[in-house]
Amino acid sequence: MTITEDRPAYKWVGTRPIRHDGYDKVVGKARFAADRNFPGQLHGAFLRSPHGHARILAIDTAAAEVMPGVKAVVTGADFPDLPVGNPERDTGINLMARDAALYVGHVVAAVAASTRAEAEAAAAAIEVRYELLPVVLSIDESMADGAPLANPDNRTAFSGSDDPSNLATVTPLERGDVDAAFEAADVVVEREFDTAWVHQGYIEPHACVVDVGPDGRADVWASSQGHFRVRSQTAAVLDWDTARIKVTPAEIGGGFGGKTTIYLEPVAALLSEKSGRPVKIVMTRDEVLRATGPAPASKSRIRIAATNDGELTAIDGWIGYAVGCTNDMAGFVGAMSVASYKFPNLKMEFVGALTNTPRSAAYRAPSAPQAAFAIESVIDEIAQALDMDPIELRLKNAVVEGDLTSMGGPHPRVGFVECLEAIRDSEHYRSSVPEGAARGIGTGFWFNIGEQSSATVNLNEDGTATVITGSPDIGGSRASMALMAAEELGIDVHRITPVVADTESVGFTDVTEGSRATFATGMAVVNACRELVEELKARAATILGVGADAVEWVDGAAVAADKDPLPLAGITAKAKGTGGPLTVTASLNAGGAGPSFAVHCCDVVVDDETGRVEVLRYTTAQDAGTAIHPSYVEGQMQGGTAQGIGWALNEEYVYDDDGTMLNASFLDYRVPVASDLPMIETIIVEVPNPAHPYGVRGVGETGIVPPMATIANAVSRATGVRLSSLPMSPPKVLAALDER
Amino acid sequence: MSENTTTRRSRTHVSCTVNGDQVDFLADDGTSLLDALRDELDLTGAKEGCGTGDCGACTVLVDGRINCSCLMFAPEAEGCDIVTVEGIAEGDHLHPLQQTFLEGAALQCGVCTPGFLVSAKALLDENPDPTETEIRYALAGNLCRCTGYDKIVRSVQEAAVQLRGAAR
Repeated sequence: MTITEDRPAYKWVGTRPIRHDGYDKVVGKARFAADRNFPGQLHGAFLRSPHGHARILAIDTAAAEVMPGVKAVVTGADFPDLPVGNPERDTGINLMARDAALYVGHVVAAVAASTRAEAEAAAAAIEVRYELLPVVLSIDESMADGAPLANPDNRTAFSGSDDPSNLATVTPLERGDVDAAFEAADVVVEREFDTAWVHQGYIEPHACVVDVGPDGRADVWASSQGHFRVRSQTAAVLDWDTARIKVTPAEIGGGFGGKTTIYLEPVAALLSEKSGRPVKIVMTRDEVLRATGPAPASKSRIRIAATNDGELTAIDGWIGYAVGCTNDMAGFVGAMSVASYKFPNLKMEFVGALTNTPRSAAYRAPSAPQAAFAIESVIDEIAQALDMDPIELRLKNAVVEGDLTSMGGPHPRVGFVECLEAIRDSEHYRSSVPEGAARGIGTGFWFNIGEQSSATVNLNEDGTATVITGSPDIGGSRASMALMAAEELGIDVHRITPVVADTESVGFTDVTEGSRATFATGMAVVNACRELVEELKARAATILGVGADAVEWVDGAAVAADKDPLPLAGITAKAKGTGGPLTVTASLNAGGAGPSFAVHCCDVVVDDETGRVEVLRYTTAQDAGTAIHPSYVEGQMQGGTAQGIGWALNEEYVYDDDGTMLNASFLDYRVPVASDLPMIETIIVEVPNPAHPYGVRGVGETGIVPPMATIANAVSRATGVRLSSLPMSPPKVLAALDER
Repeated sequence: MSENTTTRRSRTHVSCTVNGDQVDFLADDGTSLLDALRDELDLTGAKEGCGTGDCGACTVLVDGRINCSCLMFAPEAEGCDIVTVEGIAEGDHLHPLQQTFLEGAALQCGVCTPGFLVSAKALLDENPDPTETEIRYALAGNLCRCTGYDKIVRSVQEAAVQLRGAAR
């Protein structure tokens, strides 16, 4: 279902064609990262630290180097030592430990051999002498007085201090007079929350093949959310010129933020350089869980003040993120994510704290889900205390254009109220709650980003077109690019071939992150098409023998008074005689990303005997701005929701006291399967973003923000006990029921 | 570094049918069927998502039954009839499941899709009129992290309708 404000009548935008890359993906032809082999390639394998924190005293590779099939061995000594302050220093240290291993699973050496088994056997034969150091595993341990340093390299960002610290960031926000507001409040609710480490859980493990030739140039095949970042990070970590590296994007088997950074390519490059052979490295699932991702665990305290008529007058609180073993912006980004309600008085502090666990990575609306879980839970308790409808309470306080974001600037045109109204008016919310079940409401916000994109549009001789971008397609964006180009050029969407090109075949493009691809790269495609249409009109004027101003572009043809319309194919056929090939490249640094809101509603039942929570029904409304391909907008909403349900109910890293992950498999780290979930009903709300030619906001991330509170609010209403710790797994729910 | 002079382990000759073709290949005793399909036969449709039988991305049919090909040794395939995602279309004609997955936007990244298609085909071969719950349980061994399963389940339902119509 789609709820749309007035907008122009589009011919292609908003339709649901079969995606161009779909056929290859249903017949098994699409090539993902592990699906390519280079002639003569070797296989790489790692030795990883068994210790949560340890000084590396010595590494002896002699035995490994003479083992069968071994062609090259690398350790931290083979990598350049980037200065503190270099933004990729931590990336390099994370993918190959130098003086110290910072978490269980940290790579300390790598081997390339003829077979994977030989490489693994040789890696296991490398001898490392460690001196064990104290391990810091939680926010509390990290921030305790006199806590040992999780990583002596770390300095608190933006602090101006050069002292080693466990704090990554400290971000205070304040407006109004919070003390006076709490003094005057009719209702105050305060509560503490915690959430576990969770993994992005992409099904495709990280993989790459790298071939460094005798000229020192590296040919890289890898899947990622941004192959230009693979190139720049690889160059930075190795201290190589960027021009030495070509990265060809494989199809990406899921990323969700976790493939916005690199783990393998520089290691494979050095192994290839040493051996003179291409080197393929494919992570196991165990390695993916132990050493990539995850999203930060969190701990928070939130206090909210309200009046009897439901005005939320003040919020104060503290949200801490455990960011893993290197500096990270999770706390700072968290501070940007609290922007849904007017709150005239606000005093919050957001902290990132280092731990001896894997370096955390972005995960879909990074840092927002943890904050929304806490705040949306407290708001639900206020609604209960006031005996007020939870949507009505939120409608009274929801931000509209001009209201302040958490960081201080005004919101542009946003669709939060429209999403709340969409759920309020939905058949689901208006239906009676099933016998024995309870209903929860939660909301989410994500600011979205713009960043740099490039696009080249080539018109072919027969009037077909090729749209070339540098944005890896993580969920249907090629179809979106083709739809916008079809709308602009006036030709059938399947006469357009959308291509994601390598780093040498298209202009620089930032990572597919921040819900930016259809927004920003789409804008580059639109700009290129518009310039092409101007060129087509000029060519048509020449062909038709009329003045340039006399030609209009209507539905894929040049139209001039007293002349037959000249279709695009009639112009491309005469390109040679009218000025040469018809091709335009556009690039931009997109501003004006449109914030996106979502409102979720779910019905749950709680099994009193087992503590299992079953989600009976789930509906999500989200402001897409404009849905270019509605099926894939729905898909983003549904996928984010399902990940959020996993975060809410099942998923967590379980560590022992030394920092060893005890559940590093898909059997024990349990993501939702088909039989865990109901259909996820979607309501696309379209409040166009005025900064995009078609009103796109970007839809990839917001959907994961509301589910944790939505489900917690339903469970709390079902049981009469407020659930404040994620995941709400059966043992925790049973414990809560026992306390009742 | 060592010279590559060590004696290779003996390899087993495996003869089986893959997607209707008689094939022969050599495999180490420890090689999985998945690795043999991908590395010896270059059928990379089946994926390794976990290597432990938990994600279903490597699902293939072995004598008509779904199998995690990562859990089966390649020599065990001797004499078997294997069907992978590359073999479920009939020539140029997509299987109805492939078509409904495309039309229903049942894939986003697409890496789990081959496994889902094979599992769903096995379900519909066995049970042409499954309930939503039966579909969800039949596919519970296949992980998808992109879609939330909604559009996958709907596409299987639609394919079942089409197949029943064609069978009438």
